[in-house]
Amino acid sequence: MELFTNQVLAGIATGAIYACMALAVVMIYQAIDHLNFAQGEMAMFSTFVAWQLMQWGVPYWGAFVITLAFSFVGGIAIERLLFKPLAKAPILTNVAGFIALYAIINSFAGLIWDFTIKQFPTPFGSSPFLGSQLISTHQAGMIGVTMILLLLLFFFFRFTRIGLAMRAAASLPESARLVGINTSWMIALGWGMAAAIGSIAGMMIAPVVFLEPNMMLGVLIYGFAAAVLGGLTSPFGAVIGGFLVGIFENLAGTYIPGIGNELKLPIALALIIVVLVVKPAGLFGRPIVKRV
Amino acid sequence: MSAVQEVVTEAPAVEAVPKKAMTLGYGTSLAVLALLIVVPLFVKNFIIFQMTMLLIYALAVMALNILTGSSGQFSLGQSAFYAVGAYTSAILMETYNINYALTLPISGIICFGFGYLFGKPALRLSGVYLALATFALATAMPQLLKLGVFEPWTGGVQGLVVTKPDAPFGLPMSQDMWLYYFTLAVSIAIYVASVNLLRSRSGRAFMAIRDNEIAASAMGVDVALYKTLAFGVSAGITGVAGALGAIAVQFVAPDSYTITLAISLFLGMVVGGVGWLPGSIVGSAFIIFVPNIAEGISKGLSGAVFGILLFLVIFLVPHGARQVSVVAQQLIGKLRKS
Repeated sequence: MELFTNQVLAGIATGAIYACMALAVVMIYQAIDHLNFAQGEMAMFSTFVAWQLMQWGVPYWGAFVITLAFSFVGGIAIERLLFKPLAKAPILTNVAGFIALYAIINSFAGLIWDFTIKQFPTPFGSSPFLGSQLISTHQAGMIGVTMILLLLLFFFFRFTRIGLAMRAAASLPESARLVGINTSWMIALGWGMAAAIGSIAGMMIAPVVFLEPNMMLGVLIYGFAAAVLGGLTSPFGAVIGGFLVGIFENLAGTYIPGIGNELKLPIALALIIVVLVVKPAGLFGRPIVKRV
Repeated sequence: MSAVQEVVTEAPAVEAVPKKAMTLGYGTSLAVLALLIVVPLFVKNFIIFQMTMLLIYALAVMALNILTGSSGQFSLGQSAFYAVGAYTSAILMETYNINYALTLPISGIICFGFGYLFGKPALRLSGVYLALATFALATAMPQLLKLGVFEPWTGGVQGLVVTKPDAPFGLPMSQDMWLYYFTLAVSIAIYVASVNLLRSRSGRAFMAIRDNEIAASAMGVDVALYKTLAFGVSAGITGVAGALGAIAVQFVAPDSYTITLAISLFLGMVVGGVGWLPGSIVGSAFIIFVPNIAEGISKGLSGAVFGILLFLVIFLVPHGARQVSVVAQQLIGKLRKS
């Protein structure tokens, strides 16, 4: 029984990583109505920027704020330059654009900072949290940051004019335009916010998985699995989904023989497929009703 | 956020391609074919090997083209089907001593089944979600192949070595050249079959689904069946390409079939022109030669070059090689008149 509780706790700790990423995935979907494959790479690039700033002697929180601003502006710039002209193009063209962005960012990060693994500092320290050996203060901090982010986003999208305008622009662009919302800029804003959330996720994840250009690939897949499990339309579901995926992964690793570390991605894949077959809307998502 | 979506006003996932524009005329086809037959007689073995790979990737790109260009579904997981085909062929040849030519249809059938089964849950997804689910499949595949359970067959991380077949009947040909002509014959057969498939009732059903799913089902097209069938056919052809690839490279290992391969194939399709089958060979040439050139300039640059070129294609020639060929034809027509 103790083994079980320990594994669940450890699962919650790793789940915080996935929750962070899933939150970014779902929020972007809500804001721009597309899933961005380059999300993980954008987050990775931001994290490298933060690392570089710290190498130049900027203190952690200073670097944190500068990186947030950089990611926000960078996200908007990418949308204005590359994706605004594609707004009316078929989905295929958009997917190709995301893939291209993925390749470019990954390759440039490798060129600038090379592929060696780098240590990334944590602001929370890494001592055991409340005397438990399983959750470090960093992981507890990460869970806290995810929760705060979720709350802020919830209030932003529910109670601010601009948050409501963004949701309107994403779900019914024509009607949103008719009531005077500048939908084009709302999408740019969505990209900016998505990039900023991604950079927070990146900076929280980097101390755990270490910093290198390919660090986000696995995390992105897990984030997607979590988002699918929680329901792609629900930010709350995404966070819960993240923790569940973390717990599930750890329990499967402990109790099912033959599953070790090398099976991590296939578990995510299996989870995605099972959820899609059994409950496509996810645990907390709304089923999408189509009017014909 | 409203949960009700207006389907009628939604743009189709893939732009419709007129059926006539999907293939080449007889004259051009024969010219290309003649070129493919004659050139290997005059070049070195290494170039023959590269041409073999060109045909193999062209097959894989074409398979994706059938899925995306005609039935309108995305896949970023083609590398997984390619891997299954390659491993099936390698295991059959090395463990069970089955003739290499016989392993191709078996790989094709196994991949067809695999693709068909994967198409079932994929039915629930469209557009970007389907792309992301297949993306997950592609990233998970190398790890699945490394699994300890399968190690007696797959050879684990080390992979398997495959023997290259000799030319049969004592033909005076090098192994590379024989393999090239063998691949060419298989490719032509599959190309002709695919063209015919798209012209048939099933092909028209694929295209109806691509253009408007609801209208297609109203006309009596079994949407679920044809969507999974498109996945199966695409996976089957990719599997045959994978099997040929394993024989040509003489080696299979989990890390040859990563997401990079899937992205390359996707890229090849976009560059060649979505829905234009002959464009597959242009796309294939692009994904084979461009990384070589880019790596020659600076190591690790190929990703950036790929990405930037892809953006250029999207912005300047959104229909890829098809558009270039149409413009070229118009130019020739003008020159003739004047």
